[in-house]
Amino acid sequence: MRAWLVLVLVCLGLMLARPAAAEYAALPGGSFTSVLPADGKLAPAQVAPFRMRTELVTNGEFLAFVKAHPEWQRDKVASILADARYLTHWEDSGTLGDGARSRQPVTRISWFAAQAYCESEHARLPSWYEWEFAAAADATRPDARKDAAWRESILSWYGRPSSTALPQVGGVANVYGVRDMNGLVWEWVDDFNALMVASDSRQQGDPDLLKFCGAGALSMQEKENYAVLMRIAMLSALKAADTTNNMGFRCAKSK
Amino acid sequence: MKRLLLLVAGLLLAGSVWAASPLPGDSIYHLPLQLTMQNGQQQWLSARRGRAQLVTMFYTHCQMVCPMIIDSLRLTRNALEPSVRGQVDLLAVSFDPVHDDVATLRAYAEKRRLDPPIWTLARAEPAQVRQLSGVLGLQYRQLPDGEFNHSSELILLDVDGRIAARTTVIGKLDPAFVKTVSEVVSRP
Repeated sequence: MRAWLVLVLVCLGLMLARPAAAEYAALPGGSFTSVLPADGKLAPAQVAPFRMRTELVTNGEFLAFVKAHPEWQRDKVASILADARYLTHWEDSGTLGDGARSRQPVTRISWFAAQAYCESEHARLPSWYEWEFAAAADATRPDARKDAAWRESILSWYGRPSSTALPQVGGVANVYGVRDMNGLVWEWVDDFNALMVASDSRQQGDPDLLKFCGAGALSMQEKENYAVLMRIAMLSALKAADTTNNMGFRCAKSK
Repeated sequence: MKRLLLLVAGLLLAGSVWAASPLPGDSIYHLPLQLTMQNGQQQWLSARRGRAQLVTMFYTHCQMVCPMIIDSLRLTRNALEPSVRGQVDLLAVSFDPVHDDVATLRAYAEKRRLDPPIWTLARAEPAQVRQLSGVLGLQYRQLPDGEFNHSSELILLDVDGRIAARTTVIGKLDPAFVKTVSEVVSRP
């Protein structure tokens, strides 16, 4: 009996000592009109039910990750997996310092590093369609995109000077309980390098045109959705090892 | 027998000396990626260190561009001086691991006469295919009908897995690329 009590106390102690596990919210998915039609023309995206991390990954969480996985510290990582700017706003490879607050979203992070982090949470990066699906919701509606005032409010973020310090995570939750989808940082998605491939490259006959060419893939049906189009342009311009001042990430899980 | 043992010991030693020289930071062999080749055997991507590679990504049921990518790889290798040619391996990894299993890759290799050990056709798990495209700087996207859009490029890796050159010229020879391959491979 006493042994049993000790065991419970030890387990309780372990649970309390560990940082709170990240929260994931369930999203229903479904047929979804994306700015990026599935076939490059009109076909809606099909999104399977999935779960999305309610908050962006923070500096504090990423610090715990690199302590557990030293190969991802900024002085150890191979340059093919993260460029020279990776985590340079931290004081050193194992200290946040004054330039990076624990509850700010982590930025200056490469796609490879973001993937490795999500794997440590038994998760993965969201696909573009999952991200766009989650970002279409506001606090009361699953799809607020037809609301011009809402679109305008999102767009205003893009005009904010990037020199100001990043706010902390924990903004207003959308209807699914997911926070900060818009208005805090850019976010990596798993298929970031799949977004600007022309949908008709197989039909092009001229060998010189066989390399991918981007513009054809975006739907002009959704042309009012500048904010989302900008996200796609940004992601398409990046390579997997790139890091930027405002690019962070969150993770997702299949249902 | 003793001679054989010596030989084995020598090979092991040579192997460990090779492994001991650190991998450059910009080598794609930092990616812990396991390939499954057309003969069914598995190989770490980093096991290809030590020989130059011409690399591309493709998928077997692609009708139009992919046969031309494979042709371009062959053309490029054949355009090299024989002494250089012998130092270059060819690697084509599928965008489509769901359809391109070992049997499909092997049948494709036989049909198109893509013979080992010069040619390696390979698949990897889906998440790893995306990672490989990431280090190679290639883009791809699956369409609802099962086809893929993808960038079509030939990429030269030096002996340490660094990207030394690339070309988007597909379907005909790119003389500038051939010249660079010769230079990089002949470098002492």
